[in-house]
Amino acid sequence: MILARVVGTVVATRKDPRLVSSKLLVARPMDPHGKAEGAYLVAVDTVDAGVGETVLIVSGSSARMAAGLKDCPVDAAIVGIVDAVDVSAGD
Amino acid sequence: MQLATVIGDVVVTRKDDNLYGRTLLILQPIGADGQPVGRTLVAVDAVGAGVGETVFFVRGKEASFPFLPDEVPADAGVVGIVDHWDTES
Repeated sequence: MILARVVGTVVATRKDPRLVSSKLLVARPMDPHGKAEGAYLVAVDTVDAGVGETVLIVSGSSARMAAGLKDCPVDAAIVGIVDAVDVSAGD
Repeated sequence: MQLATVIGDVVVTRKDDNLYGRTLLILQPIGADGQPVGRTLVAVDAVGAGVGETVFFVRGKEASFPFLPDEVPADAGVVGIVDHWDTES
């Protein structure tokens, strides 16, 4: 999984029927210290996250194991809202 | 599988139901020399690893297999704690 910050929302009217009523968010991956890294991605939200929050994103086929996404055509899902990140000193 | 050092943990209150009770660790993948290689990631812990330990982890849907029949939405999981390893230099 990766840490990411939610930076926006996606509105899509025409989409796969299995994605109807899914909430799509734009997220920017970040390292444990909060520094942005890598490319933006679109993820399905399963935990009522919002813009500005730090979230946990699961990628690949595992994303379909998130609640309500069985057999959905997705490869990234937000499965948690991060309260705190603790990194040992020196790393 | 890949070697990594556990460098931290993540506190997540609001999360997928199947993630409740699971420990989420921050891993820094390392090379054969023990030096950091590549980006950090968050992995679900299946073996009781802690910060500072060297572990090996699996990527992909297999990360959720230790928790079956629960369908844990994880794409990286710690599946072993390394006691020591050797490479020919």
